[in-house]
Amino acid sequence: MGSNHEVHIEVNGELRTCTTEARTSLADFLRDQLGLTGTHLGCEHGVCGACTVLLNGTPIRSCIMLAAQADGQSVTTIEGLSGPDGELNGVQEAFCKTHALQCGFCTPGMVLAVQALVDNVPEPTQQDIDDAIGGNICRCTGYVQIREAIELVLGDVAKVRTSDDATVGAR
Amino acid sequence: MTKKVEPVAVAKDKTLHRYLSKPARVREDRRFVTGNGRFVADLTPSGTMHIGLVTSPYPHARIVAINVEQALKLPGVVAVLTGAELAKATEPLRQYIDVPEVQWRPLAVESTRYAGEWVAAVVADSRALAEDGAELVVVDYEPLPFVMDPERAAQDDAPLVHPSHGTNVMVKREFVWGDVAANRARAHATTKVRTRWNRNSTVPLETFGVVADWDQHRSVLDIWASIQMPQFPEQIAGALRIPTNQVRVHFDVDVGGSYGVKRGIKHGVLAGFLARQLGVPIKLIEDRSENMHGGDFHGPDRIFEVELAYTADGEFTNIRIDVLDDEGAYPGRSPLQLAKPIGAIVGPYRIPSAEYNAIAVTTNKTGQVAVRGFGQSPTNYAIEAAVDAVARELGMDRMELRRKNFIQPDEFPYKIPSGTEYDSGDYPGVLDKAIEIANLPELLRECETIRAEGRLAGIGVATCLEPGGGNAIFENIMDPSTDKSTFPESCRIRVDGGGAVTAIVSISSAGQAHETMVATLVGEELGIDPDRVAVVRADSLSGFPSQSPVGSRMAIVLGRALHGAASELKSKMCAIGARALDLTPDEVAYCDGSVASVKDPSVSIGWDDLVGIAHRKQHLMPPGMQPGLEVMHVAHTPKSGTLTAPDGTVQLYPCFSFEVHVVLADIDPSTGKVDLKRYFIAHDCGTVINPDVVRGMVYGGTAHGIGVALYEQFAFNDDGQPLTQSFMDYLLPSAHEVPVIVDAEHCTPSPYTTHGQKGVGEAGYMGAPAAIAGAVNDALTACGAEPIHSLPIKPSDIWRALNARTPNQEGSS
Repeated sequence: MGSNHEVHIEVNGELRTCTTEARTSLADFLRDQLGLTGTHLGCEHGVCGACTVLLNGTPIRSCIMLAAQADGQSVTTIEGLSGPDGELNGVQEAFCKTHALQCGFCTPGMVLAVQALVDNVPEPTQQDIDDAIGGNICRCTGYVQIREAIELVLGDVAKVRTSDDATVGAR
Repeated sequence: MTKKVEPVAVAKDKTLHRYLSKPARVREDRRFVTGNGRFVADLTPSGTMHIGLVTSPYPHARIVAINVEQALKLPGVVAVLTGAELAKATEPLRQYIDVPEVQWRPLAVESTRYAGEWVAAVVADSRALAEDGAELVVVDYEPLPFVMDPERAAQDDAPLVHPSHGTNVMVKREFVWGDVAANRARAHATTKVRTRWNRNSTVPLETFGVVADWDQHRSVLDIWASIQMPQFPEQIAGALRIPTNQVRVHFDVDVGGSYGVKRGIKHGVLAGFLARQLGVPIKLIEDRSENMHGGDFHGPDRIFEVELAYTADGEFTNIRIDVLDDEGAYPGRSPLQLAKPIGAIVGPYRIPSAEYNAIAVTTNKTGQVAVRGFGQSPTNYAIEAAVDAVARELGMDRMELRRKNFIQPDEFPYKIPSGTEYDSGDYPGVLDKAIEIANLPELLRECETIRAEGRLAGIGVATCLEPGGGNAIFENIMDPSTDKSTFPESCRIRVDGGGAVTAIVSISSAGQAHETMVATLVGEELGIDPDRVAVVRADSLSGFPSQSPVGSRMAIVLGRALHGAASELKSKMCAIGARALDLTPDEVAYCDGSVASVKDPSVSIGWDDLVGIAHRKQHLMPPGMQPGLEVMHVAHTPKSGTLTAPDGTVQLYPCFSFEVHVVLADIDPSTGKVDLKRYFIAHDCGTVINPDVVRGMVYGGTAHGIGVALYEQFAFNDDGQPLTQSFMDYLLPSAHEVPVIVDAEHCTPSPYTTHGQKGVGEAGYMGAPAAIAGAVNDALTACGAEPIHSLPIKPSDIWRALNARTPNQEGSS
């Protein structure tokens, strides 16, 4: 079982201090200790992308990272994207508009992967888009409506940029 | 290649729909994009203990001894259960054919019959500790002879998977429909194609999970499970030897994908037994490896031989389909998947006679279960491969050969030789639509351009049916001693005292957007905004008869139940309204929430007043009427209720959706890698309820079919060991592999459904494997190589086919 560790992780903007076993994955930590069950486990070996969270803004697989490794860092989960009263952000809204999901199991990871694209890649090419979601498996949709959601949100971002240089994304 | 024809069957009444077929949000989406889905893994009642599984490393072995001592010493482990202990207190899991010696149980008893089979369950404070404990269980095995190849398994001297059954053949059924001899005599030639549909499955992203909690003081076993399974509660109760009214399955659990496979009876029985035994909530969440090998969730694994007889000008006269299906170690419900294709045994073609010989065998592989389409997609693939082969033999255009043999729009309802009546269709119209959206001349030019650049390219076409509105009749077909003919769906519609409308169903959903479907249909029926209709899910004890969303049936059968309930509700409102207006019920009509005089619509009574009378004013209600506005309706599947006739003819599903795939494949000759450059589908599922849901199903099923055609296989080595243990080796298509898919919808309403709707849950998957194989084979045959008739088509298969060419053949490219 190994040792226990005290970790200090900023989760969705809030500093959380917890004791966790050395072997506990970040995903299990988020789900079981913090109750953030929006992070899903599909394969638990780092392939499917369902457990994607943002670590300091970069998408990572929380199933193959230990919670202890996230000590002192910032994690954004799907629960951190919506507004305080459950308002959808731009990516979430686009996913709803195009019905870019069916069973919803891959959706949190997929939404976060797209969020990272929107936040980090100024003018993404088709290749950037494929790369952004290429590590997230969706078994339901065939990705068509996910691509539509991405186009929609990128279009909105572009509109926002032309009208107001200060705002990127709709976080 | 074709003449331009205007679609003949655009739904004339489409404009009459207020909410159906209109763009509308899918109400389920919001909870999922915010991470607020409620999946089984998210539920952990206070005091929950977790299961870890000990699995067999051998494909067939006698269990000599199980030593649990070390596992029980591990802090946090509370119990270890073996198969022998579980078997004493439970019944075997249900088989759907008459094979009493084939005993399927959650944990193996006496011997294990495939690598990965569960042998013992460890219960502990956490899943991690339960897995630690499972590693400490020591099992002494004595390896036994095993068989992995279905053709070998069918031989008399093959090692037996279930020795006391005496054979590996689980079921063998032979059918002849129509005047085969005469139709064969009329043929100019026949073409035979042997096709191999290798073992794959739907592999949902969420593994199977179950939470069970026994309340001994109320005598209720509560179960939350990620199921898509008819009669789940009854089977759990039966196996646990408790009354059916002591099992309460909760359907308000989101299921993270299923596409047929999430049956989980053995998971439910194991968790339910332990919950009762230990008096604590028990949780079992498969890991990916368990899901891929121990869950009994594999799909069809088939060898086909299709023989098509045809005249010199390409008219099909007879079809013979021989199929051998590898069920794995425990057949369960899977042999029934050989029966469903009988209802579409000639595809969309006018073939006057058919022969069908189906054999199911057991092998030492993971058990098979229902997969999207219940055996139809493999059969479609086998038929379409034969059709393409005939086109090659005759030197005919593949589309024109299909068009020539299509059942024509004016021939519906059309009875095929096996006795099933197709409801409606416009196959030439849908083909024309596919040709139009694909811009076929341009696609052909693109294909030629790729070839001119020294690569391989081919166009695939598949024209396939999706039978919808699943019924139970395949049980009777495969085992005539079974006379089950009922497969209902139901719902309740409630207008409460405040006038709000709630529809109550008792099914779980795995991404099919049933809440949106139900709200849309109730809104349409009652003439009210669907956004005002709440949809909730009753559990299995407080709910109503349902067979779960299998067989593309909810729009059809639940749609019928909703219509029935809405009609009864409107009748009741009319009776109340007529009395209030001093008219007779036949002098009034319900319209958009009001009841008005037929003669003078200005004489009317509105929603609030009708609700007020029904809930609060007995003195104004028609005498004898029950108070409130609450209606429950149970609907049969359309066109069900008959058994297989003595001559073997049978009405299978009532509705037939249709799809045409046109795909351009670009193949790198040096690596054999296939790139799907263009993908077009024209699809007809009658009246669409929600356009975004329907196209989502089409795209998703197509992506699943791309996996089947090119990537996915549960492979085993000669030692009976699974080679595909993770997503590193079982390859699910990602955004890199799935091209932009262009879908066009056609609408040929069904005459047998409430609004003309048909099934769509298996769309895309019905034709994609056939079309992609056709594209690859078009590329191969164009350069002188032999076609490949085994799925998935791997780069190595293509490389081998290219290198098997003689120098002379290569010159023909």
